[in-house]
Amino acid sequence: MLLLEMFRIAGQSIRANFFRAFLTMLGIIIGVAAVITMVALGSGAQQAINDQIDSLGGSILSVRAGQMFSRGIASSDSSISVSDADALARDVYSVTAVVPELSVRKQIKLGSANRSLSIVGTTPNFADVSDYPLLYGRLFSPGENAAKKRVAVLGGGVPAVFEKDPAMLIGQSLNIEGTSFEIIGILEEKGSIGFSNRDDYIWTPLATAQYRIAGSDKIDSISVQIAPNVPIETAMIDVERILRREHQIMPGAKNDFSLSDRKQFLNIQQEAAKIFSYLLAGIAGISLIVGGIGIMNIMLVTVTERTREIGIRKALGATRTNIMTQFLIEAMSLCIAGGTIGIILGGSASALLANLAGWQTPVSVEAITMAFFFSAGVGLFFGIWPARKAAKLDPIEALHYE
Amino acid sequence: MSETPIIRINKLHRSYPMGDEVIHALNGIDLEIRRNEYVAIMGPSGSGKTTLMNIIGCLDSPNSGEYLLNNQSVSKLRDNQLARIRNAEIGFVFQTFNLLNRTSALQNVELPLIYKGVSRKERHERAKGILDAVGLGSRMKHRPSEMSGGQRQRVAIARALITEPSILLADEPTGNLDSATGREIMGIFDKLHSDGQTIILVTHEADIAAHAKGEVHLRDGSIANDTRPTISQEVPAQ
Repeated sequence: MLLLEMFRIAGQSIRANFFRAFLTMLGIIIGVAAVITMVALGSGAQQAINDQIDSLGGSILSVRAGQMFSRGIASSDSSISVSDADALARDVYSVTAVVPELSVRKQIKLGSANRSLSIVGTTPNFADVSDYPLLYGRLFSPGENAAKKRVAVLGGGVPAVFEKDPAMLIGQSLNIEGTSFEIIGILEEKGSIGFSNRDDYIWTPLATAQYRIAGSDKIDSISVQIAPNVPIETAMIDVERILRREHQIMPGAKNDFSLSDRKQFLNIQQEAAKIFSYLLAGIAGISLIVGGIGIMNIMLVTVTERTREIGIRKALGATRTNIMTQFLIEAMSLCIAGGTIGIILGGSASALLANLAGWQTPVSVEAITMAFFFSAGVGLFFGIWPARKAAKLDPIEALHYE
Repeated sequence: MSETPIIRINKLHRSYPMGDEVIHALNGIDLEIRRNEYVAIMGPSGSGKTTLMNIIGCLDSPNSGEYLLNNQSVSKLRDNQLARIRNAEIGFVFQTFNLLNRTSALQNVELPLIYKGVSRKERHERAKGILDAVGLGSRMKHRPSEMSGGQRQRVAIARALITEPSILLADEPTGNLDSATGREIMGIFDKLHSDGQTIILVTHEADIAAHAKGEVHLRDGSIANDTRPTISQEVPAQ
């Protein structure tokens, strides 16, 4: 009953000074909007990375050649070969597919255009393991590999590099250092992962790349697909054991190759995104506290300005509790109104950003509830002192305040 | 008359620290005020009449001595209890009106009832009735800033009366009004007195005090002169 009256009185005094109240609320509005947007952005970024991880399909280990040293001088020769890939496929039970890769960067001529791109020699199963769907044409066959056929499958980004329509490229030929290759297939674009954009690769049979382009039987890396339900650590140990055996590395000696989980990079990225979003939310939270200080400041001004009103109310029978409640409700109303506007604003901002970034930035119910109660809490916390100051005023002095 | 007085004050002392000195505003006041009295408290500034009015109005508490209001001791009450007594027993009329400028006359008059916890509907009805009685029935929705001084003081009187207080305490009620309007306001007080209201008038103007049925003069914190005609005879001999 009396509480309802207090709300009415608070509403009256906010309306009486509407512009000032709005300016005061602005701090809370911006703070809450920032918190909501930042939390949504952070979870959107994490969601985007999660999607990327999921799109990688099963877990894939990547074996890369390490530096080989002969007499303290780094050798340019790669340490891993096709026989390593065969050994892994043959001897590691936790592996479902092995994809050797040989990558060389060359000048490529297509029509009159000339570009420097990576040519990757690999086995026909690469598209399946890395989950690259075909857009046009076909993949090369094991027979074409064995026959070192000059055929090429273009990554999804390559037609754009040459400014060509992908559909028109099938059956055309491209020129790699004087050798012409027939374009037999084009992959779908997948977007870049980590530092390398695999959409811009040109894929050829491994044997073709080894003998016609690189002139070496060494390879750069082996992608190893791990069987479902096998922990990645187990598979890593198996792969490492077989490779050490193949390379005849003594116990205690260092590996001449490196093993990495392709998801590892993304996991690191995800951690970074998480930390970043905490950081942003933290900064936004600070702006909310600054907004709260603004509320306290204006409430102190209000109490001073309305000293006489407080005196009148006390003379007419308002208790300390009445006065305290009145000013506390006023501060909290400002904060909650600001918080509500901030939630609407923050929600719209995250929806807009979601559109721009192509992310899903879900505004969670938790974030809204938290922002709401946090702003009410800010009102309570920063409203108490001015309200106490008002409640403790001496009615005689307050009545004679000019 | 054997009826207990509304106000019974015994040996009331009130002093304030003022810098290094202590100001003795009240030095042992004894005073009784009975139901339906109409008394003026007079005295030059510094005589202690404002302090006495603050204590009678429960805005202040004495250092020592006793103050019984309606037979209840109020000299030792806490802040919140004093607020309730002000709400229920005292109606204030101030020289500067002390209305809330942002709200209408009606809302101003309703204010004490809000703190009393009276329902909205009843508040409206009572406030309208009283505003009608002081002749402001047509200006209830107006704000104080849209009213003349006399009208504002009528609103203040209506506000003071709405809780049906034991005492109407008026502090220089005509001090901010021209003499014609002042007479109008004093007319209202006279009428209230004839209807049975107990009125204490604090003033330093003799012609205002003349409306009261007796005068209590203060000087240097003590009662110098009490011209109320019947008081000595009517206090029962002990």
